[in-house]
Amino acid sequence: MTRFGSVVAAAIVALLALAPLVLGSFAVGLLNDVGIGALVALGLVLLTGVGGLTSFGQAAFVGIAAYASAWLTTTHGASPWFGLLFALAATGVSACLIGMLTLRLGGHFLPLSTIAWGLSISLLFGNIDALGRHSGLSNIPPLHLGTMSLTTPESVYYLIWPIFGLAYWFIHNLLNSRPGRAVRSLRGGATLLASVGADAFRVRLTLFVTAALLAGISGWLYAHTNRFVSPSPFDLRASIEYLLMAVAGGLGQLAGALVGAGLVFLVKNSLQDLLPLLSQRGGQLDGVAFAILFLVLLQHARGGMMGFVSRRGQGRPGAPTLPARRPVPALLRRSLPAPGTPLLAVAGAVKHFGGLVAVNDVSFAMRAGEIVGLIGPNGAGKSTMFNLITGTLPMSAGQVEFLGRDISTAPQRHIARLGMARTFQHVKLRPKMSLLDNVACGAYARTRCGMLASGLRLNRAEEQQIHDEAMRQLTRIGLADRAHEQAGSLPLGTQRILEIARALAADPVLLVLDEPAAGLRRQEKAALGELLRRLRADGISILIVEHDMAFVMKLVDRLVVMNFGAKLVEGPPAEVRANRAVQSAYLGANP
Amino acid sequence: MTAALLEIGDLHVSYGRVEAVCGVSLSLAPGQIVSVIGPNGAGKTTLLAATMGLLPSTGTLRFEGEDLRGLDVEARVERGLCLVPEKRELFGDLSVQDNLQLGAYAKRLNGSTMGRRLQSVYALFPRLAERRSQLARTLSGGEQQMLALGRALMSAPRLLMLDEPSLGLAPLIVCEILAIVRTLREDGVSILLVEQNARVALENSDHGYVLESGEVALSGASSILAGDARVQATYLGGGTDDD
Amino acid sequence: MNWDVALILTVGGLATGSVYLLAGLGLVLIFSVTRVVFVPFGDIAAFAALSLAAFETGTTPPTIGLVLTLASLAVVAELWQLMRRRELARMPRVLMVWGLLPALPCLAAWWVTGRNLPAIAGIVASILLVVPIAPLIARIALRPIADASVLVLLIASLALHFLLSGLGLLFFGPEGSRTHPLVAGATTLPGGFPVSMQVLLMIASAIVLSGLFYLLFERTLHGKALRATAINRVGARLVGIRPARTAALAYGGGSLLAGLIGVLIAPVTTIYYDSGFIIGLKAFVAAIIGGLASYPLTALGALAVGLVESFASFWSGALKDVFVFGTLIPVLLLRSLLASRIEEEEEEIDE
Repeated sequence: MTRFGSVVAAAIVALLALAPLVLGSFAVGLLNDVGIGALVALGLVLLTGVGGLTSFGQAAFVGIAAYASAWLTTTHGASPWFGLLFALAATGVSACLIGMLTLRLGGHFLPLSTIAWGLSISLLFGNIDALGRHSGLSNIPPLHLGTMSLTTPESVYYLIWPIFGLAYWFIHNLLNSRPGRAVRSLRGGATLLASVGADAFRVRLTLFVTAALLAGISGWLYAHTNRFVSPSPFDLRASIEYLLMAVAGGLGQLAGALVGAGLVFLVKNSLQDLLPLLSQRGGQLDGVAFAILFLVLLQHARGGMMGFVSRRGQGRPGAPTLPARRPVPALLRRSLPAPGTPLLAVAGAVKHFGGLVAVNDVSFAMRAGEIVGLIGPNGAGKSTMFNLITGTLPMSAGQVEFLGRDISTAPQRHIARLGMARTFQHVKLRPKMSLLDNVACGAYARTRCGMLASGLRLNRAEEQQIHDEAMRQLTRIGLADRAHEQAGSLPLGTQRILEIARALAADPVLLVLDEPAAGLRRQEKAALGELLRRLRADGISILIVEHDMAFVMKLVDRLVVMNFGAKLVEGPPAEVRANRAVQSAYLGANP
Repeated sequence: MTAALLEIGDLHVSYGRVEAVCGVSLSLAPGQIVSVIGPNGAGKTTLLAATMGLLPSTGTLRFEGEDLRGLDVEARVERGLCLVPEKRELFGDLSVQDNLQLGAYAKRLNGSTMGRRLQSVYALFPRLAERRSQLARTLSGGEQQMLALGRALMSAPRLLMLDEPSLGLAPLIVCEILAIVRTLREDGVSILLVEQNARVALENSDHGYVLESGEVALSGASSILAGDARVQATYLGGGTDDD
Repeated sequence: MNWDVALILTVGGLATGSVYLLAGLGLVLIFSVTRVVFVPFGDIAAFAALSLAAFETGTTPPTIGLVLTLASLAVVAELWQLMRRRELARMPRVLMVWGLLPALPCLAAWWVTGRNLPAIAGIVASILLVVPIAPLIARIALRPIADASVLVLLIASLALHFLLSGLGLLFFGPEGSRTHPLVAGATTLPGGFPVSMQVLLMIASAIVLSGLFYLLFERTLHGKALRATAINRVGARLVGIRPARTAALAYGGGSLLAGLIGVLIAPVTTIYYDSGFIIGLKAFVAAIIGGLASYPLTALGALAVGLVESFASFWSGALKDVFVFGTLIPVLLLRSLLASRIEEEEEEIDE
């Protein structure tokens, strides 16, 4: 966080701490509502803003927790603190089940499914006898600390806001850590995560459960602050209102949750005062006002309130927090195979897309320490071949062996963990993450800290190791001085080079590069060639697809030429260049 | 000297901050076939997309003397421009015949004219006639290219822009398609042909432009360009341009 | 449960199913052309039903005010756009399309009110009255973000539902109403099983309308143009099909279907200003069974939803909706398994 940011944060904390001393009970009660709402919105910023998973059912999780604690404390007379444990367990288990069922859904089907379960759960509340059906549960005991009962808004205020503060701190830490970087990469697609050895589904599931648990804490606070629960505050409308908070505040920043919740409660409260003055049914019009507010936001300010703020500063989630300078051992490196030993063998690879044969019975082999080029005209099947080798696409037939293991059917992330790192023809970087964070993603499979450890800052030593490793790779490609800039600010050609650094952070045996020189200027190309030769000298093997013939011819040890999905020829550059079939493939067949 | 059918002057097209076409000028006379060749990423496809109005651009764009700026894609189609894009953009879940009929959508033809146009396209591509009730996405790559071309011809365009018609096709099919393209000229259709396959493009055009990094690097009569050493070098590496 | 009960439930299920069928067709129509999951669909149906109720009591339907309000907003939006583009010469056309056209059904409705015409006049007027609603709200709220992701459009569409139901409360008030049956009496099926004519009418309308739908889409060039826009937007533009125009047609068609649904259900259940939402959502379950793309699968899905609801209400009236929405999850899972997607970027709201 920047120094300015820390000052603002400290000022906000101080103001919040002093607020009950100057404000009346009504205003403090309103602030309590803001805090409770902001917890849910925080989960939504994390889930929707950072992870790209939209939920129209978050209020259902608030409801599950609220009802769970209310039921346990009213019917069994348990302490609200047991209620909290029970509420979190109930929310976590439900989120886990729902997540396992729905998080594999693609595209807009996932948000639609959240409407379905969001509606079903809130309908259930109103139809279960033990939960008081539509009249709900009342006489819920207040929270207590020791012997002190938190019945006044002022007393519960000092519980709600520290909890929010802790949650905020936890999530902030999380985002600036190994699992957080994976979460922030989710929007880049499952292939990006798999290419660094991460399981996108598991990342999504933990993210989903984390957001639900935040909603759960909020629901527990709601039940014991209002001391009454009924189905309506947990229905679809409420879910939309939480989403509105997150969008209004700004999905791009954690602080958006707080700002958005404040804004929504403020507007709601003033509407309740103003609307009845306009018309006799005006009191019921706040839905209309909120809908209009939401539509205007979507049309004109999708970045929310914090979107305006960040246009000045750079308060993205995960602005660089430098780990404490403490010497740590470097991350362990794997032992590379001896030069000349067999590394990769493709035998009879075939890929059909429907009726189209994209790759037709291609075989070739690579030895450790080699640079092999895969060339061919547009549409020859080179990228598909790459996707088959890296496991991004399943093969229709054939076999691929890597380091003596059959990887024909292995999932992409397992192949990545074996030591095959790749770059992409269509660059897959997270444009709003720093260069450093993008490269640090590459080290995912070499490190271990999970969400809990990261949120509680128990991961400092490992983070330092990752940081050092990422800096080392950035230095290697000559971008160390721009480590904290956003990756999206680089020219496209340089972004491709950054992808190489990310691949190197995985400590690969084989580097698979898809058109790394495209979009580079002449000197940059020369520098890239130099870098790749140095990597070869370090014992890393490279398989490269490239269109710039002059570049490839000077770099590679051997070439494999493809045309119409099949292998045309294979051999050293000079031989390939002289080949008639290759000439005609490139300049067109002589009719 | 007849007036140019299409006149492009100092055209600039950008994606965000990246300029893909920087100051290209090009002209095409009625009945002419002009080819644009160049490596991947040279801006060839972008040039066509901007001419069609799919991308915003600055510079002059005139068709039969009329300023094209301010006209959307659909209005340009009505004026007689027609683009067969690299991805073909067929209606995969509609039949071959439906695809062809929609090709003439902007012309609002009556039943009998529509029938006659269909017959003339089927006469050019007998294979499409055989497959008229098949869904477009079930066609092979070559047949899809024929359908894309056929759909374009249904609108009886004045200017036909072809983006990489040889992409992913076997040489024999490429020859077949380009033979048909050459016959179109006799019907008064002008053609702007974008190709990565340099020989194919130059052998089938009157005039050629070589695009590199968004700029015109060379231009001239196609027969002269085909013998140019730099053109050869661009496509196989090595040669004279080795630095 | 015995066979008689099962038969009663089946017929009832088919009747509700046919309502969902029509709604499902409308949703698929709108989604496939515009990528908008049109949540306010059910609200429009409810407005048609409430308009019909107003005609029956001889009062002017408040829908007129609603439509005129939306039309003036749309005109303002259009004029603002013309001003910014300095194309004020196109003003008369804009006033015609967005001002006069929506006012025509209002005029007709105003004329019909309290005139003791045959019931059919009120029915037709109610349906026509709601036709402008979907195109108008789409113009006001959705056109400016037409290029946004499906997700943003979905959020906007949900917000539109809350907007419409709020306006519904303002214009129609909280009271519910039920209209006279469109057709009276009952008939007897072979086997001595009585069925009300209203139920038969619902099923018959669904059959006839889905037949018309089929003809429109499979046999006319304009129908094919709508499908073409849905299949490939760029391809459609390249042959001269204007997506904005086809979108307006799709919204209009969807609105028309919503109007029909409104008058079909008005005699069967008491309709409140917010009754449409749940009907629309259940039609979604059907539309999603059809992958938001296939009309025949949507039709089957709609009948299945109707049957599930009918049988579920026999076991637990209160939980029938939970059952219906619960079936969505396995359907979505199946859909997601069937969808062969290689790689797609996650959708984003704020970028």
